Amino acid sequence: MTIDETTLKSMFSDIATAITADRDRLCALDGVIGDADHGIAMELGFNAARDAVAALGPEADPTAVLNTAAKAFLNAVGASSGPLYATAFMRAGAVAKGKAVLSDADFVEVFRAMAQGIRDRGKAEPGEKTMIDAWVPAAEAAAAASAGGASAAEAIDAAAKAADKGAEATKAMVAAKGRSARLGDRSIGHVDPGAASAVTVITAIAKSLSAAQA
Amino acid sequence: MKTKKLINDGARAVDEMLVGVLAAHGKHLYAVDGSPRSIIAKDGPRPGKVGLVIGGGSGHEPTFLGFVGKGLADACAVGNVFASPPPDPIIECAKAASGGAGVLFMYGNYAGDVMNFDMAAEMLSMDDIEARTVLTTDDVASAPRDQRQKRRGVAGNFFIFKAAGAACDLMLSFDECERIARKANDATYTMGVALAPCSLPQTLRPNFDIGADEMEIGMGIHGEPGVQRDKLLPADQVVDDMLDRILAEMSPSRGDKVALLVNSLGSTPLMELYIMNRRVSQRLADIGVDIHATWVGNYCTSLEMAGASITMHHLDGELQTMLDHPCDCAMFRAG
Repeated sequence: MTIDETTLKSMFSDIATAITADRDRLCALDGVIGDADHGIAMELGFNAARDAVAALGPEADPTAVLNTAAKAFLNAVGASSGPLYATAFMRAGAVAKGKAVLSDADFVEVFRAMAQGIRDRGKAEPGEKTMIDAWVPAAEAAAAASAGGASAAEAIDAAAKAADKGAEATKAMVAAKGRSARLGDRSIGHVDPGAASAVTVITAIAKSLSAAQA
Repeated sequence: MKTKKLINDGARAVDEMLVGVLAAHGKHLYAVDGSPRSIIAKDGPRPGKVGLVIGGGSGHEPTFLGFVGKGLADACAVGNVFASPPPDPIIECAKAASGGAGVLFMYGNYAGDVMNFDMAAEMLSMDDIEARTVLTTDDVASAPRDQRQKRRGVAGNFFIFKAAGAACDLMLSFDECERIARKANDATYTMGVALAPCSLPQTLRPNFDIGADEMEIGMGIHGEPGVQRDKLLPADQVVDDMLDRILAEMSPSRGDKVALLVNSLGSTPLMELYIMNRRVSQRLADIGVDIHATWVGNYCTSLEMAGASITMHHLDGELQTMLDHPCDCAMFRAG
């Protein structure tokens, strides 16, 4: 398939819908080990990103869509998720630069750049109970699936499953980064809210791509 | 059950508060045109002076915007409730505060604030404005002593910003302002205790659970769980526990001077704060520590959380000079 600005605009709309549906669950998860606002921040950010990219004309290329989403998300949210997701979309925009449409393989590269951007900005490593524990296995699964000949939709679907497993694994981890790090052992037994929302985002991307492909 | 608040719409709470703040304090403050979350001191910034930009999430009033004014912070970037401001309002604050001598960023040590202020600093360097950062890390309960750099910044911001603001107002060099800011942070120790949660305007739900007969020592100002949960004890015993933790680190000698802040986290009334202050002053008298100045009241809150914090600012001659230097802010005046 080819992925253009329309596909990406729908994708941001689909992510926003999924995050809104998941908002209260994310706030509740955050209430256990944080300050109970993660769902609100994510909803604010993706609503802003959706609206900003929807306002772009058809002449916008994928890079413009991704950069616009980055700026809108960042300025709506601040917090931790603002810089992390803004950096993800800016890195994705840099990888897409110069391309009017993205191939399946291009999109998987864009997706991997998002994960790398989050990792670089947050300076977190896998195992520290953050959204990285969902994003890193997701990026690896997408790359492996793509190398094996999977379409972008299939690759991101594999990524969503890996992210889910990764998020589940954060239950057993002791938080080492972010606000919950101050909890020490008391963070054990709870899913990291950032990892949980990453699963929601990645699953929404996968569904959006397969709907666009159909 | 939803909590009760006098708001119109949780999503508009911060912006409506800012309109009210500017209506009340127009003598001291204005917002940057086109950037309503960038609050500037009317008489603060001037050529050749290091600009002091503070900021963070809303919900801690009068921290941070109440400490904007001549002699203290030049500007404050205002975030959503308990969430760091994004880079844009921080950049606008830095531009307004810049007098060509550098801009000092000071804020509590939280992952989100660090990322947003760092992004702002990177972007400002492209405009030839040098921003340096001094994080506040006064919360004794939030990490062990040998990991001071990991601690979060809480009510002690009050003294740390005050020292830095005075250094900037005295037209000291960028290096000197930064040195004094770091020194003030190193000399400031806070311990908090929480009795009941707050709720965010957007959720209207308590942000943590705590038993009706319980307290939590060391809880953070965003409801981050603390270090120890116990049955609520009489005020003197709670104060003793908090003071012991502070004094163990500060290790003052007889004749040393401190400045004190007994701060409400939101709904704990002055009566209880003064009861606490009674014990603090008795304990300090017992060990021969001289209290140079005391502030009691709401200085760094967590919305309507019940509880209090005690901050000690360990003075030497230089820090005392900075503390006594006059300032005139919307919600705080000294000297």
